[in-house]
Amino acid sequence: MEHYISMFIRAVFIENLALSFFLGMCTFLAVSKKVTTAFGLGIAVIVVLGLAVPAGNIVNTYILSPGALAWAGFPDADLSFLRFLTFIGIIAALVQVLEMALDKFLPSLYNALGIFLPLITVNCAIFGGVLFMVERDYNFAESVVYGVGSGVGWALAITLLAAVREKLKYADIPDGLRGLGITFISTGLIGLGFMSFSGVSL
Amino acid sequence: MALSKDVKKTLFGPILDNNPIALQILGVCSALAVTSSLDKTLVMCIALTFVTAMSNLFISLIRNHIPSSVRIIVQMTIIASLVIVVDQLLQAFAYSIAQELSVFVGLIITNCIVMGRAEAFAMKEKPGLSFLDGIGNGLGYSAVLLCVGFIRELFGSGSLFGYQIMQLATEGGWFTPVGLLVMPPSAFFIIGGLIWGLRTLRPEQVEAKES
Repeated sequence: MEHYISMFIRAVFIENLALSFFLGMCTFLAVSKKVTTAFGLGIAVIVVLGLAVPAGNIVNTYILSPGALAWAGFPDADLSFLRFLTFIGIIAALVQVLEMALDKFLPSLYNALGIFLPLITVNCAIFGGVLFMVERDYNFAESVVYGVGSGVGWALAITLLAAVREKLKYADIPDGLRGLGITFISTGLIGLGFMSFSGVSL
Repeated sequence: MALSKDVKKTLFGPILDNNPIALQILGVCSALAVTSSLDKTLVMCIALTFVTAMSNLFISLIRNHIPSSVRIIVQMTIIASLVIVVDQLLQAFAYSIAQELSVFVGLIITNCIVMGRAEAFAMKEKPGLSFLDGIGNGLGYSAVLLCVGFIRELFGSGSLFGYQIMQLATEGGWFTPVGLLVMPPSAFFIIGGLIWGLRTLRPEQVEAKES
């Protein structure tokens, strides 16, 4: 149990996808103007990452990695070169299914998250999370914890940045820095703050 | 081929006037983590320029046959196949660098520059021009990345492409490396500064005041 808790903490704070790996930056910078929208997107990312990473894990273990097809009678098959294509397919399909399911069963949630879901397909944070899972050889339980943890980390980062940007509106910023420039710099400062967690270990 | 004004604008415009990172806010995603040393940065730039140019070319070639409802999937498939090719080449010929770049080669697929240019340019224009647009945007991206990589490696570890330029204080030299520049957040500061510089040079790029 301890192992999973420490992994969760690491995924949220120390190896934050947005602030230390720069993943999902496009949406991160574009959708962080208001706290409420940023928070909505954050929740959507948690849900999709929490589903996509374990799904990728299953597909990787039983179909793609070398020797994984032994159960189907192909012990020598190595499909690992198809990883990128398959994972992109999984993520796109998952987002589509999630969108339809939410629309049918939880319309209120769908209305809140709806506009963000398509954006998430091309969000590098999701794809990056899945690839990190493969690279670090997580098993199924670990991949669930990692998926949710890194999603929480991303959501936390974007909400924080949105809060800072809302306040920045009242600041007198040099012309050339206004907008994108100052956003980069404040993201860097938040990143530095998160780095101070790196000494924490459980 | 006469270098007409159009061609020139497509090829060199993205470097200063319409830079994908500084102005279009595309493709910052996967890129910044690879800028801690110059050789990694260079490989990443070449890979991205190649993928953008080729995907633009192929998508433009079949642009009249793609039904608009499934175009995203078609574009994704083309891009993903190109990235697989690049990844396999890197694994075969530059294994140590491929190992260091780890997931970031794969992340070219979701890099917004590639998708963005395919969607915004290649779906409308002729193949030749699209190819040049891909190269141009790749160059614009590379220009920013190489700048960041240069600053980070030179002042963060006193070397360029792995060769020691400034003798480190720990090895009896005079230069004390700036520890901040090795850490990921420094890339944000450098890019912020670059954008500031660029917008001071080209005041028309300054964003309007939010009301």
